[in-house]
Amino acid sequence: MTAYTNTHQPPLVPSVRPEFERDVLDAGVIGDISRPLSLWERLTGNTLARRIFILALLGAAWQLYAMWADNPLMFPTLSETLTTLWTSLVDGQLLQRCLTSLRILLVGYAVGIVAAAVLTMLAVTTRFGNDLLSTLTSMFNPLPAIALLPLALLWFGLGEGSLTFVLVHAVLWPMALNTHSGFMGVSDTLRMAGQNYGLKGLRYVMLILVPAALPSILTGLKIGWAFAWRTLIAAELVFGVSSGAGGIGWFIYENRNQLEIPSVFAGLLMVIIIGLLVESVVFRSIEIYTVRKWGMQR
Amino acid sequence: MGRVLPFTGQEADPGVLLDVDNVTLQYKTESRLVTATYKVDFQVHRGDRFVLLGPSGCGKSSLLKAVAGFIKPVEGVIRLNGTPVTGPGPDRMVVFQEFDQLLPWKTVLQNVLFPLRSRGVLKREAEERARNYIAKVGLDRFRDSYPHTLSGGMKQRVAIARAMATEPEILLMDEPFAALDALTRRRMQEELLQLWDDVRFTVLFVTHSIEEAIIVGNRILVLSPHPGQVKAELNAHAYGHEKSDGFAALENRIHTMLFAEQTAAAQVSKVTRAVRP
Repeated sequence: MTAYTNTHQPPLVPSVRPEFERDVLDAGVIGDISRPLSLWERLTGNTLARRIFILALLGAAWQLYAMWADNPLMFPTLSETLTTLWTSLVDGQLLQRCLTSLRILLVGYAVGIVAAAVLTMLAVTTRFGNDLLSTLTSMFNPLPAIALLPLALLWFGLGEGSLTFVLVHAVLWPMALNTHSGFMGVSDTLRMAGQNYGLKGLRYVMLILVPAALPSILTGLKIGWAFAWRTLIAAELVFGVSSGAGGIGWFIYENRNQLEIPSVFAGLLMVIIIGLLVESVVFRSIEIYTVRKWGMQR
Repeated sequence: MGRVLPFTGQEADPGVLLDVDNVTLQYKTESRLVTATYKVDFQVHRGDRFVLLGPSGCGKSSLLKAVAGFIKPVEGVIRLNGTPVTGPGPDRMVVFQEFDQLLPWKTVLQNVLFPLRSRGVLKREAEERARNYIAKVGLDRFRDSYPHTLSGGMKQRVAIARAMATEPEILLMDEPFAALDALTRRRMQEELLQLWDDVRFTVLFVTHSIEEAIIVGNRILVLSPHPGQVKAELNAHAYGHEKSDGFAALENRIHTMLFAEQTAAAQVSKVTRAVRP
C-alpha cells in the first residue's frame, strides 16, 4: 500500500539546507585527549611479559603432570630438573659442555654465513652466479646435513672438522636462499633511487640491497641458526665425544646411558634455554633496532 | 595566430640545458617489442618548468627514465649540457611517484644527506645543505623521523628535498603528486612553484593531468599515445592556480588535441587491422 502511494509522489529532490560554520572547541575543554596507560595495559602490551606468562603456564603444566604421573625415571618434575640443572651448572660440567658446543656452532655458523654472502653476491651481480646458486640450493638444500656426517667423518676424521663441515652445510643453503629471495624482492623504485645516487657494484649492494633485503636476511639467519643448533646436537648424539671435550648432545647421551633422567632433561632444557635466549635477545634486538625501527616489519 | 606563442616577460634566454634529439624508445615484454616513443625531440632550457603531458601509453614516463639514464634509446641521443647521457647519475635526480623511494632504514635527515655524502660532499657542508632544503620543504620538525611515520605528502617533500639538496642540473619528476589526495596535491603544486621562485632550478615534470600541467609548467610538450610522438609544444607561463579565461581556453585546447588524437589513433589501428591479412 505504501509502495503504491510512493509512486504517485513527485521525484525525490534533496532539500537545499542553509550553510553554517562553527567554532571548534579548544582541546583543553574536551579533556582526556591522551592519558598515560594503566599498569595492566602496559603489561599486556609488553611482549616480554606475555612471553614470561606463557613460559610460566607451560612450566606449571609440566610440574603438575609430572607430579600426577609420579614416575621420576620416565618423566621428572620441573623442580627436580631445575635442581639438577643448577647443580650441574654450578659444578661447571654442563657449562663446559655448552661452551664446547657453542664454540663449534659459532665457527660453523660464521663460515656458513660468509659462504652464503659470497654466493648471493655472485648471484645478484652475474647471471652465471644466479644459475649456480639456484642449481646448488635445489640440489643441496633438501639434503639433511646429518646424512653427510658418515662421509665427513671419513674425510675430516673424528673431530671438530667434520662437525664444522656439516654445520656449514646446514647453514649455507637456507641462508643463501633467503638472502637471494630478499635481494630479488627489493622494489624497482628503490633500486633506481640507489643507482640515481651514482652507486655501483659492492657499494650498491651493501648500501641499498642489503638493508632493503634485511627482513629476509634476518629470517635466513634465524633459520640457519636453528638448523645449525639441531644439526650439532644430532651429530653429537651420533658420534659423541671428540678428545674428551664432548658437547651438550654428548652430555644428554651419556646421562641417558647412565639412566640419569633428570640430567637428560636438564640437558634438553639447556638446549631450549639457549635457543630462547638467542631468539629473544640477539635476534629480537637486531630486529627492534633495524627492520622494526624502519617500519619494514611490524 | 601561429602555433608558437611569443615568449613574453622574461629577459634573455639562458640557453638549452637538455636536448632530447630524435629519441625512439623501445622495451620488450614477454612476447613482443613495444615502441614507447617514436622520434621525439624537445629542448629544455635552463630554468624551465618543462612538462611532458599525455595520456597513459604515450611514453612520457619512459622518456623521463631515458633522461635519467635508466633506459637507453634505440635511436637518437639525449644530451645534457652537450654531453650524451649514458647512465643514471646524481646530476639528474629523480622524484618518483611511489612513496617507497626513500630508504626506510634512514631518517629524513639521513635520507637527504646520503646522496650528498656518497658523492663526497664534506660532512659539514652536506649537513648544512640538507637542513636548508628540509627547512625549505617545511619538514624541520620531522628531521629525525623515519619515513614510515610520515604521510604521503611528507614523503614526497622529503624526496624533493633530497633531490634538490644534491643541486642537480635538472630535477626529474615522474608524476610525483599523482598518488596524493586532491588537497595535498594542490598544496604540493603551490609549494613546488614557491620553491622554484626561491631557488630557480630546471625541472622536467611528467603528468597526465592537463590542469596540473598548466599550473606547474611554463612549457608543455603534448604527446600522442602508442607510440609517443610530439603533438605540440605550448606555453603556459602565464597561468598558475587562478582559473582565468585563458587557463580554461588552454585546458580546452589541450583536451581537444588529446581527444582528437585518441579517436584518430583508434581509427588508424582499425584500418591497419583491416588491411592486415
